[in-house]
Amino acid sequence: MGFKTPLYETHVAAGARMVDFGGWDMPLHYGSQIEEHHAVRRDAGMFDVSHMLTTDILGARSREFLRYLLANDVGKLKTPGKALYSCMLNENGGVVDDLIVYFIDEVWFRVVLNAATREKDLAWLQRHAAPFQVQIRPRTDLAMIAIQGPRAREKVAAVLGERIEGARDLQPFQARALGPYFVSRTGYTGEDGLEIALPASEAAALWQRLHAAGVAQCGLGARDTLRLEAGMNLYGNDMDESVSPLESGLGWTVAFEPPERDFIGRSALEALRARGVARKLVGLVLEDRGVLRRHQKVIVPQVGEGEITSGTFSPTLERSIGLARVPAATTDSVEVDIRGKRLPARVVKYPFVRNGKVLI
Amino acid sequence: MSNIPSNLMYLESHEWARTEADGTVTVGITDHAQKALGDLVFVEVPEVGRTLAKGAQAAVVESVKAASDVYSPISGEVVAHNAALQGSPELVNQDPYGEGWLFRIKPSDPAELEQLLDADAYGKIVAEES
Repeated sequence: MGFKTPLYETHVAAGARMVDFGGWDMPLHYGSQIEEHHAVRRDAGMFDVSHMLTTDILGARSREFLRYLLANDVGKLKTPGKALYSCMLNENGGVVDDLIVYFIDEVWFRVVLNAATREKDLAWLQRHAAPFQVQIRPRTDLAMIAIQGPRAREKVAAVLGERIEGARDLQPFQARALGPYFVSRTGYTGEDGLEIALPASEAAALWQRLHAAGVAQCGLGARDTLRLEAGMNLYGNDMDESVSPLESGLGWTVAFEPPERDFIGRSALEALRARGVARKLVGLVLEDRGVLRRHQKVIVPQVGEGEITSGTFSPTLERSIGLARVPAATTDSVEVDIRGKRLPARVVKYPFVRNGKVLI
Repeated sequence: MSNIPSNLMYLESHEWARTEADGTVTVGITDHAQKALGDLVFVEVPEVGRTLAKGAQAAVVESVKAASDVYSPISGEVVAHNAALQGSPELVNQDPYGEGWLFRIKPSDPAELEQLLDADAYGKIVAEES
């Protein structure tokens, strides 16, 4: 028996296949994860992401604290409501978690933490918060629903009407508090959409109304194929405490400028950069039938070996795609050991799919 | 709940077998198996003419979640396979005992069929797993 979100009963009543995810009983799919995937790419689908932990950071020195805590620079957040994706590193430059941080006002920032790492993350935040006299407040009173797809915002507007009127002009990666709702134009699918944090007691009613308005119920299965097509890393698969963001395709999220900003892990990353980063994360497309899966061995002829960190069948491309950590000298083709057979795979720039369009 | 037709024979590893009027045996995976795998994306069926031993790896069904071997419930020669699955692997999800059949065998020792599980015995295995 795992932890349950406020929508657990709703999922079970809808006939979802429930699985354990990071200690939480979550829906894998409600019948067909491929159909759920297509619903998000073509129309609108919704995910229960209440297992992730919304946490508020309160206090006058919140910005200063987060500029020290995170590898990306919260100093970039100048407009209230603006969001930023960042890694939270340990002293060795390994990734403790990846998260989205929202700037609400100078005494109130908000982060959304991964489910499987929430206790570890909270302990990490508490440990580093004291010198900055900020308060760390986990918001276990909130549920969160992500509504994603080209018609997601329009369908949410149809259901919530005036309550969401104030979110109509939200720009991508921007959020706004609207009464009890915290609405942000963010997601993990490569499509437009919203994530709504709301009181747990209201979650089931909103879910039912969205479903009645034609928003497809989607499980973690579709969430994984969508995020992988969108070229988004999954914590625990594509990076963890043993690797740096520079070896995980996340160098773009590390703000080395301004040079005077100290952040946890900075000196380790600078040392790694000076030595030369030996591995990189690449996108792979399998030429043949078969499915790339996590931990399969990647052979790079004349160069060395690597490993698939995430792999799946891409419903949009109708072939297998994956992310792999390989030697930095890897160029345009590799072989993957799939169930004892070596199959050729093409190295590609990801994302594979964004906003409904194939990019490779 | 899984559908377990009473007129079929089963393997513990979730294959079903049905004896046809001509004495050949049609093989597929059970409703329980397709549900556990989720949406199938590739199916690899054995070539016609291949000789299989009872319990030998005969086919592969691969879903978004996992690849799984399919074992032959009896010994014999493959006399047909379901070519439609190459383009439409979802047939196994939609109709595991019908359009989603995998291959057909001409048994070399029909007595082996008696060693398979009946629907009641297989149903108990499924109940224990879930």
